[in-house]
Formats: sequence, C-alpha cells, structure tokens
Amino acid sequence: MSKREGSLAKQNRVRQLLLSSPYVLWSIGFIILPLLMIVYYGLTSRDGGGFTMDNLKLIWEPTHRTTLFLSIKLSVISTIICLLIAYPLALALRALRLKSNGFVILLFMLPMWMNFLLRTIAWQNILEKNGVINMLLGAVGLPKLNIINTPTAIVLGMVYDFLPFMIIPIYNVLSKISDDVIQAASDLGANYFQILIRVILPLSKPGIVSGLTMVFVPSLTTFVISDILGGGNILLIGKVIEQKFKMANDWNAGCGLSLVLMVFIFICMAIVQKYDKDSEGTGVW
Amino acid sequence: MKKGLLAGALFCAVMMFAGCGKEYANGEVVVYNWGEYINEDVIEMFEEEYDIKVVYDTFTENEDMYPLISIGEVNYDVVCPSDYMINRMIQEDLLAELNYDNIPNIKNIDPAYLKSAEEFDPGNKYSVPYCWGTVGILYNKTMVEEPVTSWSAIFDEKYAKEILMIDSVRDGMGIALKYLGYSMNTLEEAQLEEAKQLLIAQRPFVQGYFVDEVRNKMIGGEAALGVIYSGEAIYTQRENEDLVYVVPDEGSNVWIDGWVIPKNADNKENAEKWINFMCREDIALMNFEEITYSTPNSAARELIEDADIKNSTVAFPDEATLERCETFKYLGETEEVYLKKWNEMKATQN
Repeated sequence: MSKREGSLAKQNRVRQLLLSSPYVLWSIGFIILPLLMIVYYGLTSRDGGGFTMDNLKLIWEPTHRTTLFLSIKLSVISTIICLLIAYPLALALRALRLKSNGFVILLFMLPMWMNFLLRTIAWQNILEKNGVINMLLGAVGLPKLNIINTPTAIVLGMVYDFLPFMIIPIYNVLSKISDDVIQAASDLGANYFQILIRVILPLSKPGIVSGLTMVFVPSLTTFVISDILGGGNILLIGKVIEQKFKMANDWNAGCGLSLVLMVFIFICMAIVQKYDKDSEGTGVW
Repeated sequence: MKKGLLAGALFCAVMMFAGCGKEYANGEVVVYNWGEYINEDVIEMFEEEYDIKVVYDTFTENEDMYPLISIGEVNYDVVCPSDYMINRMIQEDLLAELNYDNIPNIKNIDPAYLKSAEEFDPGNKYSVPYCWGTVGILYNKTMVEEPVTSWSAIFDEKYAKEILMIDSVRDGMGIALKYLGYSMNTLEEAQLEEAKQLLIAQRPFVQGYFVDEVRNKMIGGEAALGVIYSGEAIYTQRENEDLVYVVPDEGSNVWIDGWVIPKNADNKENAEKWINFMCREDIALMNFEEITYSTPNSAARELIEDADIKNSTVAFPDEATLERCETFKYLGETEEVYLKKWNEMKATQN
C-alpha cells in the first residue's frame, strides 16, 4: 500500500515536472539569466570586470538622486490617485452584480488593446497648447490650461495608462466577498460606513496591495510617458538608465542603477508578501 | 555575453531574409541605413542592374547601429553612420579602406563636402558623403518680433514657453557652446560647465525638449521657435509658409552621413558597387526628392527642376554659412562629461 502510494506520488511528481518544464525553461532563459547578467554587470567595473560597488554608489550623484526621488514622488502620487479612482469604481461595479466577470474585465482591457504608445501620443494631442481641450475651452471663452510638458501631464499619463492594473485586482477581490458577510455585519448593527471600513476594506486588502504594486512598479520605471507628455522637461530615473545603455554605452552603470531601482521594487514586493496571505500557494516545482 | 546573444538573434533574423527569394548571379550586399533615408525604388534598380541581391536593414540612431558593428557578429557590407560615429569607428579600426577604382562616380560629389568630411575622415579614406545638413532655428515669422539671426533668440526671456529645444546631448550642448563662442567639440570642462549654466538659465523659457516632434509642433503653431535639422525644414515650409529656417550667425553644426564599409564585410566589392550607384546623379536625385535631405552630389543638384529648391539656401546653404559651422568629432570619454552636464541641467528644478 505504502509502496504504491509512493510510486503514485512519484508519477505525479514526474508529470508535474514535465508540465511545468516549458514555464521553467522560459523563466530561466528570459527572467533568471538576464537578471543574473544585470547583477553581474552591475557589480563589476567597466574596464576589466573586477568586483566593485561603484555602479551602485552612482545613485548618490546629485543628478541621479534627484531623478530617483522625483520618479518615486510622481509614481507614488499616481498610484494613490489610481487607488482613489479604482476603489469606488470597483465597489460600484460589484454593486451592479453583472453576471459575467468577463464583461467587466473586457471593458477595462479594451483600451489596452490599442498600442500604449499611440494612446500616450493621443494624450499629447489632447493636452497640447492648441490641443483638443484648449480648443474647447477657447470656444466657450475660458482661459487655456497649461498642462502639457509639466509633471501634472506625466501623472495624468501614468494614471490613465496603469488604472486598469488597479481596477482589475481590486474588483476581483471585491466580487469574491460573499453578500452573507455584509448582511451579517449589517444585522449586527453596523452602518454602511462601518461595513466599508471594518469589513470590506480589510477583506479587499490583497487586491489593493497587488494593485498598488502593479501600478507603482511600471510608473517608477517608465521613460516613455515622461518623454512624450513631459516634453523632455522632466528627467526620470528610467530615462537616465536608458541613456546609460544607449548614449554612454556604459552597461555597468546602467545595470548598477537598475539594481538600485530593483531594491525599491523588492521593498514593494515584500509589503505585498506581508499582506497577500490569502493568495494560494502555486508552487511550480 | 548578453551582447553576444543579442547579436546572435539579429544575425539569425538577417540570415533568414537572406535565405529566401530568387537567385542572383553576383551574390548579395547587406545594407544598413537610417530608417526612411532612401527612395525604395532605388534598391530594386540596383538589384536589376547589377544582379546583386540587396538585404536592406535600418536603424534609428547611430548608437543603435554601433554595438552591432563593433561586436562584429553581424556582417553588414555597407553602413551609413554620421560624421562623429565614422570618426569613432575609424579610431577603433572597424572600417575598411575604400578602393576608389570601384567608385568612379565620386567625381559627382562636390569637393567642398569631401573637404568637410576630412574633418572626421582625413584623406577621405573610409567614407563617401551621402546626405548632409545643418542644425538651425525654425521660427514662425508671425510669432516673433524681428527676424532671428542669432542663437540668442532661444535664450531670450521674451519668448518664454515659446521655445522648442533639441533633446539631444551633443546638439544641445553644442548650441550652447557655439553661442558662448566655443568649439562644439571642446574638451574643456570649464567651457562645458559654462554651457550647462547657460542651458539651466534657458530651462524656464523652454516649452519642451524634442527631436522628431519639433516638425509637427512648428507646423501646428505650438511654438514660436524650434531647433531643427535642415532636412526637416523644407518639409515644414511646404506645410506652413510662415516658417523660416536660419543657421544662426554664431555658427552651428554641419553634419554629414556617409557610406562606409565595415572591416568584416563579406562582400566588399558589391558594397563598393552600391556606394558607386548611390553617387550616380540620377539615383542621388531620386533619393533627394524622396527624403529632402541635402545631397552633396553636385551633378544631381544640377538636375533638380524646381528652381526654388535648387537655389534654396535651406537645402544648399552658401559657403559663408558653412564656414561658420563645425562637424562633430568623437570625443572618447569626454562624451560622458557632455551627457553628465546635460543630465545635471535636466535634473535642475527651477
């Protein structure tokens, strides 16, 4: 009996390995190896390749420090705005009680089928000095807005581009909360506000946290949005890293700065791990 | 290691293209040129006349092209980099000397440009000029008070938020250096610092830093002044006749893109045939009419029918203007100082 169980378990294990092998190979080839290369380049010097921390210390150069802090500031602002928009929206969607989740997800994914660059360039045309918004304002005799090429435009672009990544995880979690829980709270005398703060909000924490990461990380590393909507006025850390590779041809410095940026992302992930206990273990091995 | 992987993948892609289609008696030539920088009919004409297969590939920036050539895993036969990049590739011994016996059409190239090209390619041993142009100011004459003749206009508070600055390290720093009366190729840190301070002072007046977008923004009247390449200027003037292009009195950058043959080219003779073909007057004319970047080919210029363009000082500035201009040279490690100063300027909040 125990022998048979043992061989069954072994069979399962082999099958698991076989099935997961494409994903494992993919991760090794396209995630782990490149990551190791970044670590290697980031920790070696440009001439010769001895171990050095100089590339990491580059972040303390005033230029890099300011760009990093500005990037963090803008991405924190846009993440918070995303949350403030997405949460009520997800609550409203939940209240609609649509039969199929697919439809809601489609609703928010649809714009994303269009190329990200095109959508951002469209915003450029909308916000421009002689753009759509200012034409409309001018037509009704209102003063023109001057948003383009400012940090405001970048935040707007980030919020627009990354909002679906906030809505979908929050909506997913909210739609899983059973109505019974809410009714129970209400039976026990909680008013709507108390239900929201004491019941719904804690239960939706995993969704919020993964939404926060999914918005914060791309906002922190973007250089396309700041290029297009910032008019080259605002230098963000993503752009600095791009230049290290393309212009300065200094892969070591670029990788060093990327590593520093990764530290911030890891901190973010650690917070997710701390709160996201509800997620099921999906061990590949 | 990573570079090797990247080049390997690209090599496979190029080889896949090379492997299909009909047979050509005289082999092939692998061409690497800027995007939208040729009249595509010309490629087919070359294939027919010489019975050589053309494998055509494009890049968007010198910096994208350079690593592929320097690793040497992709064997391009003929490439079209800019002046400073040619200079760098010569210094790093990446280029093959041209055999001018195979390029008789060099006679069509105006000696004045060959002379300019000597600034980055002494003796014209490695490169043949293909297109050239200047960097200058494009302004909207309805939005400025008097004709612009100096770089001072783009540093002037009265055009605050009406200025589009160029978002390119060498061009941007170069303009500031020229305005201060220094060389665009200076190695002096103090001069670069002065240029940086000037650019920091300019920042509040600048609407934005762009490269390709300047064209459409100027056509749309988004700004009064913009820094632009001369090749774009002809196009913008066709679309908006209020626009005027000027090379400022202090001088500017004159750039030349030229054909070169990498040392590891497999088909050097075919590459020389290609260069010779590009120098033929009718071909140069077809290219000029398509891409509107100035041609150094004097025989082709003679063939231009539209007198306005033939005598345009935008497409073909007079010698006095060119005297004031400099080509970029590759500056080795100092290039990083340029980048550093430029980024310090960009990171300044004011």
